[in-house]
Amino acid sequence: MLFLSQCINGLQLGSIYALVALGYSMVYGIIRLLNFAHGDVIMIGAYIAVLTIGAGVHPALAVVITILGCVMVSVLVEKVAYRPLRSAPRISLLITAIGVSLLLQNLVQLFFSADTRAYPSTAIIPAKAFDLGGLSLSLSTLVTIVVSVGSMVGLHLLIQKTRMGKAMRAVSEDTGAAQLMGIDINRVISITFAIGSALAGVGSVLYCCRYSIANPTMGSLLGLKAFVAAVLGGIGSIPGAVVGGFAIGFAEVLVTALGFSAWTDAVVFAILILVLLIKPSGLLGKGVSEKV
Amino acid sequence: MDKAVRPYRQIPVYLRYLINTALLVILLAAGSALLASGTVNRAQSAVILQIGIYALLAVSLNVATGYLGQLPLGHAGFMAVGAYTAALIWKALPGKSLGVILLGLLAAGLLAAVFGVVIGIPALRLKGDYLAIITLGFGEIIRVLIINLPGVTGGTPGLMNIPKHSSFLVVYATVILSCALIHTLMKSRHGRAILAIRENEIAAEASGVNTTFYKVLAFTVSAFFAGVAGGLYAGYTGILTPGNFTFMTSVNILVMVVLGGLGSMAGSIIAAGILTALPLALQSFNKYRMVIYALLLIVVMIFKPSGLLGRYDFSLTRIIEKAINGRLFPRKGKAGEEHA
Repeated sequence: MLFLSQCINGLQLGSIYALVALGYSMVYGIIRLLNFAHGDVIMIGAYIAVLTIGAGVHPALAVVITILGCVMVSVLVEKVAYRPLRSAPRISLLITAIGVSLLLQNLVQLFFSADTRAYPSTAIIPAKAFDLGGLSLSLSTLVTIVVSVGSMVGLHLLIQKTRMGKAMRAVSEDTGAAQLMGIDINRVISITFAIGSALAGVGSVLYCCRYSIANPTMGSLLGLKAFVAAVLGGIGSIPGAVVGGFAIGFAEVLVTALGFSAWTDAVVFAILILVLLIKPSGLLGKGVSEKV
Repeated sequence: MDKAVRPYRQIPVYLRYLINTALLVILLAAGSALLASGTVNRAQSAVILQIGIYALLAVSLNVATGYLGQLPLGHAGFMAVGAYTAALIWKALPGKSLGVILLGLLAAGLLAAVFGVVIGIPALRLKGDYLAIITLGFGEIIRVLIINLPGVTGGTPGLMNIPKHSSFLVVYATVILSCALIHTLMKSRHGRAILAIRENEIAAEASGVNTTFYKVLAFTVSAFFAGVAGGLYAGYTGILTPGNFTFMTSVNILVMVVLGGLGSMAGSIIAAGILTALPLALQSFNKYRMVIYALLLIVVMIFKPSGLLGRYDFSLTRIIEKAINGRLFPRKGKAGEEHA
């Protein structure tokens, strides 16, 4: 029974990682940028929820505002910071992404102090638990898993079945050729950022409902772990991000359950290094041959 | 143009070395005399030492970022390896002899270099972004290791009572020697190979450069000097805690390199000096420091991606050469006459 409850625990954590990893993977797939600021968008989402619910906004509306806020921040960052560097070397883009991540963290710290704030998790998802024959399943776990799986299915349909999804796949396959076919590259990239950060917004609400806290640096480690999940699954691959997210979630819960909770971060990064050593393209990624 | 072109007179190589060595020795002597005379107070001399240490960190990161064109984000990890190695050696060996200090710094550099090889070989087989993430992961693993091995490293409270070996002379002699070594490496054929990889990896490989070897070499050299700088840091603070070596430390060093100019040693040193002295000089600045650093990173990348000095490097002998040839201030329209 303990094993089963740990499995559900891993499923909950894994689905949050998967949601965040999807954002990384989509952005990397389309402009080959490792968006360091993605984790911090989640942090911004957490603060938006704390502030709006604190101001008396209805929790359901607050969740919508959180998701919209994440989308706006992300699209703005893409327009202001990443777009001027479209043709710049990769290293410039990467340094800019680090800069944006630092900026978001420190702006929040400047305005709201570095203190950890309580997140109104019970206002969003009531603290209820179902008893399934000795196995306790909290409502928040159930909601997390259902919402995550729902978002992933929605994303899959969007990418595979719609025109915009087709355009996104085309840009990720070959930006130049896609442009020649009349696809508005900038619009597609903006929409990719918007979708990725909407998922991050959902992830933010679910993550904070699990841990009930918000602080300015909460996003960086969550973001890094989600990135590891994306690499593990194969960066740029949507199903890969989901598989990687669940794998990292389970690994973390397993390490904690075995009594090594101080080592979870080290284990996650060790997994990353092992993956890169053995199969750099990840579990579901396709190998890319170099063009001369 | 019937006027004969005057030959460009050059300073002989041995004379160049003499000029530079003499100047640096004078600089060292003047610095220690200034500190010994008591005209600078304790706080100021602490800033001077910190500038030296951060300058070495920035110069060492510049080898991997500016010269090799990769982006390691775990520089604080190498620094931590060096710092703890030197600290443990110095704590074990009593005395303040030159041999002990050198042993500590060398061991610090060597162990960091070993980590550099171990991390570099897998990381450098992959392209750009993965190196950033793998080194970032490495930096975090080192920190978790330090926290979870209290028997060796003192754990979270830290390692205390480290002998304070980092005097002005030790710090700046090490910095100057390290910079000279890195400089000569970069001017040698090995350095040219590293630059060739930065410019175009495929072309370099086609020209017979062993790209994997030189990438790992540059990365290891970078790690070595980060380790040495870590050793100096341990001898300067006397206390080491894992909190000294977070991701933010790596980013601080990166900001110095980016601001100074990717590939410019002089730029790294100047930026390290400014960014270390500024927060200490302006207390109120500290609150906004990280916001400004972050904005600097973004703005520099968008408007001047090569950094403030670009790839320019200061050379005293080049200036003297220009002066004796009367070309210190070249007139317009005669730029074609300039020798490279």
